[in-house]
Amino acid sequence: MGKRILMRGNEALCEGAIIAGCRYYFGYPITPQNEVPAYMSKRLPEVGGCFIQAESEIASINMIWGAACAGKRAMTSSSSPGISLMQEGISYLAGAELPAVVVNMVRGGPGLGNIAPAQSDYFQATRGGGHGDYHTPVLAPASVEELTHMMVDAFDLADIYRTPVIVLGDGILGQMTEPLVLPEPSNRVIPPKDYILVGAKNRESRIIMSLRLSPPEALEQHNRKLQKKYDEIIRKEVRYEDYLIDDAEIVIVSFGTSSRVCKSSIQMARERGIKVGMIRPMTLWPFPYEIVSDLSKTHKVKAFLDVEMNLGQMIEDVKLAVKGEKEVYYYGRTGGMLPDENELLDKIMEVVNECCLQKA
Amino acid sequence: MNVVYKRPESLKKRRMHYCPGCGHSIIHKLLASVIDELGIRENTVIVGPVGCSVLIYNYLDCDGTESAHGRAEAVSTGLKRALPDRVVVCYQGDGDLAAIGTSETIHAANRGENFTVIFVNNAIYGMTGGQMAPTTLIGQKTKTSPFGRDPKIAGYPLRMCELLSQLEAPSYIERVSIYDVKNVIKTKKAIKKAINYQMKGLGYSFIEVLSMCPTNWGVSPVNAASWVKEHMTEYYPLGVFRNHGVSEDSK
Repeated sequence: MGKRILMRGNEALCEGAIIAGCRYYFGYPITPQNEVPAYMSKRLPEVGGCFIQAESEIASINMIWGAACAGKRAMTSSSSPGISLMQEGISYLAGAELPAVVVNMVRGGPGLGNIAPAQSDYFQATRGGGHGDYHTPVLAPASVEELTHMMVDAFDLADIYRTPVIVLGDGILGQMTEPLVLPEPSNRVIPPKDYILVGAKNRESRIIMSLRLSPPEALEQHNRKLQKKYDEIIRKEVRYEDYLIDDAEIVIVSFGTSSRVCKSSIQMARERGIKVGMIRPMTLWPFPYEIVSDLSKTHKVKAFLDVEMNLGQMIEDVKLAVKGEKEVYYYGRTGGMLPDENELLDKIMEVVNECCLQKA
Repeated sequence: MNVVYKRPESLKKRRMHYCPGCGHSIIHKLLASVIDELGIRENTVIVGPVGCSVLIYNYLDCDGTESAHGRAEAVSTGLKRALPDRVVVCYQGDGDLAAIGTSETIHAANRGENFTVIFVNNAIYGMTGGQMAPTTLIGQKTKTSPFGRDPKIAGYPLRMCELLSQLEAPSYIERVSIYDVKNVIKTKKAIKKAINYQMKGLGYSFIEVLSMCPTNWGVSPVNAASWVKEHMTEYYPLGVFRNHGVSEDSK
């Protein structure tokens, strides 16, 4: 096992990316992720890589297109308003099936919002985000160590499925310093990059594009091909953590930073004899529908409690999984405010009173 | 039989979708000829724009990629940084380069990115059916300037060569045209020089080509060529605006 070190999230994720083989970073300053470009600007030249401070997020994501065409592992990072600007590029990357890794250290919105941690970009991240019929895998770390390790996973997923991958953190994960062990390089098998543009030497010339004009059904066929890929990702790449779920009567569903508050409240509730557990999606797309659905069908589980740093976005996926089998409650804070463990405990007690006691 | 003229090998044997009298087909052919002459077909990647020439990758027999509208120079930046020993040619129209992509253009030029831009200026949006371009001349009628471009409403046509000449980094900036044979030959020479400078690592090179769009101008191909000569070259003077490679020319 590697050495235990202390690092800030925004800097540790860079080391994760470099271990994954990323040598190209293009980005534009925005709080709360400014440590990422700062770190990359001094670290990438040390490993023979290339850092460019782009003129905008729009340019950043399109520089990634260029590096991805050349077959290189490339990434960018930003925070919510900047990620909105990148959506055109992400849609194009999805259409052209080019790999890319995009880190979003989410801040409060809409608009310029504020610079405090939030999870209010859930819809944007999990529903494609840009125009057209597509999805991108979304990884949601809950600690600096997991964030760092997920960078390796993100680059693998991007190359295996030829898709942009979103790593969805928040201002806290980026700014927080935590102990961690750096990841090992991955040993997953990456398919040969037989699409890249390096000059048509001893082969036919190649084209990378998202435009499909003719025949009339060309684009539909391409969309169906993409959908097959998404189906495969749904089958193979769902990741989640279950926490004290075996005897749980109330199941919290929460991700990222808010799931850590949940763990404190779950401990407090269990000290009072209340059986609460948690499903923590580590991939937001694909969402772990199956485990949530299976739990909803058991007699033991009385209710679900969705906890997010927004006004209820993932709750739509929780409800899709629960399919009306049980009540789904919500607790959260938004606009850059953090959930409070005591407030959450109160909410758990409220759910217990409504769903567990009267039926006992 | 002695062959004196033939299709460049870097040009695919495919019928082009361009209108009769359009300049793109000529400029594609010139680019293909230059690629042949420099022997770089297997070493070149073409970055296309959004606009009429979005399908350039269907005609040039080199590796090629699309780019989102206006983003060709950001794409070219990522590509060339990843492949410094390949030739990257970025082909853009006036809407792509001088309106929606102005920021990407100026900043790629200002960083001195080592690729070559071919900027086709035909003073109109062709693909979308003839709207006013940033380069539409004063008084020129288009779908969105039906009474003629009025500078009080729409400002003045952008002179990109002059604008980019204010920057330190670009190595070569020239404006050429293809309204007659003599100028077609000059255009080919300019493209060849620019790509040569790129291969020598001199940095950003920019060739603006004044070109024809008879369909959206509503004139015949012959009259379109005359219009370029009489009206466009008046506002957009031809010539070399920057040449950091003079000392290289003799080598």
